[in-house]
Amino acid sequence: MQQAFFWLFAAVAVGAGLFAVTRRRPLACALSLVVSFVGLAGLYAQLGASFPATLQVLVYAGAIMVLVVFVLMLLNLPEDAHDRVPDPDQDRMWPVFLVAPLGILLVFAVRGMDLPKELPALPADFGTVAGTGRLLFGEWVWPFELASLLLLVAVVGAVVIAKKKLD
Amino acid sequence: MTLGHALLKAGIGFLFVLQMLPLMIYLERKGSAFIQDRLGPNRAYIPGVGLRLAGVVHTLADVVKLLTKEDLVPKHVNSFHYKLAPALAMFCALAIGAVIPYAHPVSFPDGTVFRVQGIDLDVGILYMLAISSIGVYAVVLAGWASNNKYSQLGGLRASASMISYELSMGLGVIGLLLVYGSVDLNTMVAKQGDLAFGFLPKWGIVVQPIAFLLYCTAAFAETNRNPFDLAEGEAELVAGFHTEYGSFKFALFFMAEYVNIVVQSLVMATMFLGGWQIPGVSHEWLVKPENTALVLKGILGFLAIAGTFIGFRLLAWHKKNRMVWKDERGREGAILAVLLGFGPAITAAAVFLLWTSGLGPSSAAVWTAVIQFLVLVTKALLFCWLFIWVRWTTPRFRYDQLMNLGWRLLLPLGLINVFGTGLLVKAGIL
Repeated sequence: MQQAFFWLFAAVAVGAGLFAVTRRRPLACALSLVVSFVGLAGLYAQLGASFPATLQVLVYAGAIMVLVVFVLMLLNLPEDAHDRVPDPDQDRMWPVFLVAPLGILLVFAVRGMDLPKELPALPADFGTVAGTGRLLFGEWVWPFELASLLLLVAVVGAVVIAKKKLD
Repeated sequence: MTLGHALLKAGIGFLFVLQMLPLMIYLERKGSAFIQDRLGPNRAYIPGVGLRLAGVVHTLADVVKLLTKEDLVPKHVNSFHYKLAPALAMFCALAIGAVIPYAHPVSFPDGTVFRVQGIDLDVGILYMLAISSIGVYAVVLAGWASNNKYSQLGGLRASASMISYELSMGLGVIGLLLVYGSVDLNTMVAKQGDLAFGFLPKWGIVVQPIAFLLYCTAAFAETNRNPFDLAEGEAELVAGFHTEYGSFKFALFFMAEYVNIVVQSLVMATMFLGGWQIPGVSHEWLVKPENTALVLKGILGFLAIAGTFIGFRLLAWHKKNRMVWKDERGREGAILAVLLGFGPAITAAAVFLLWTSGLGPSSAAVWTAVIQFLVLVTKALLFCWLFIWVRWTTPRFRYDQLMNLGWRLLLPLGLINVFGTGLLVKAGIL
């Protein structure tokens, strides 16, 4: 049962990811990415991490991608816009040569790791709201604060760029 | 977990919410008529019998009409996404109902515990927010896949307003989380059984009135209801995002709206009105067999009295109608008086009088859950009526007003509320 659900979620995540890079309508790409995120959330939930799984749906699929879709709809590309994209067979193949070595490296790296046969038991509050909160605001509080500072800088930057006249 | 147990749980998750739909549609029609001083729909009748039952038949007629209409897919739409959208709308609306705790977990004497809840998630309220944020895509997809300018504008408006109001919704929830110290809905309801300031029930609306205002406003925007229903503003956009939809695909959008109302009402009742808690009555007191029997008898007595009252009101209405209509419509009042008033009243009185034996511990546990369920539904119906009431009394917002309200008023208010609540919780007052 567990296995079946793992393969189901994995297939959804990877399959939708493939759709996201191969569809020609931008909005269809964005929506495929949403499905991929939901599949990923399913994998998190299977690991017992209900809080990250919920956040994956709430933040990535539900908030960030809605903004992306919103912008795509606002741009409202004309119906023939995707016809002007050059032939994918010639033009979209070159990133494969960039990404493939990385993938091969990853496969070798994972194979080279010596993973313990018996995995240590997880703490009882693993992946719950309380457990994740304690990790974030305890052990990892400084990286967390740095990340929020980065986001603040991004917000200020966005306002400066978007507002033509600062008063 | 046995199969029966699992099926029962799955049923609790969404069957109740689905069963509320006909009631909501009837309430909406009759409510709007009441507010606008009309009679409301009363023309549909059962063929052969000729009864109209004050418009109840209309709800049935609607379903038959929508099911038998031709299921048309226009040529110019993006077929896959066009068909996906209504299904997604319905799914997202129903899926939220799964986390609502309808009653205290029922514990039987042999040690088994049955949670009256679809799924018991420790992320409770966050799951609700996550699913409702996915619900935006239904509207966006419908608007985009229709390949129609009006639909697309409707979809755009819906996504913009939902993003804006989800923020204040989340901030309202954060205020509550600070007070209750948990995102789990079961814990939230359990904490609301305490007393605040020594005499008031510690309900969300008492300890977090601003959060309640924020959440309630955002819930109207989330359900795309007036005054925030710009996504389907018929004066400008024909029917907005569902302009191109007909027959049962339209019905799914229509039903999703009402399911959303019921679910949001249940969530609000759970978070702000104490869920299944009865003020002043603890679960431990209620679950004792003699107390359960006492409360049940009280409910039966109330039903008997209220039923008699309703029966006499309907009879008065019937006497007026009998003069106006000389056909079968003239008999309707009498039939309704028996069906809604005297019938339940006599049944309740009979059960009240004939029921002399006590309750066993198992049946007491089950009946306690039933009482708590009724309490929650009563609270949720208050909100359901609020949704209808507001729709028929307020004008629609202009688009910039909607955005200003969301970003310039509700968002700062939510931030101030979170800050103030944090201070109060730290000081130990809340």
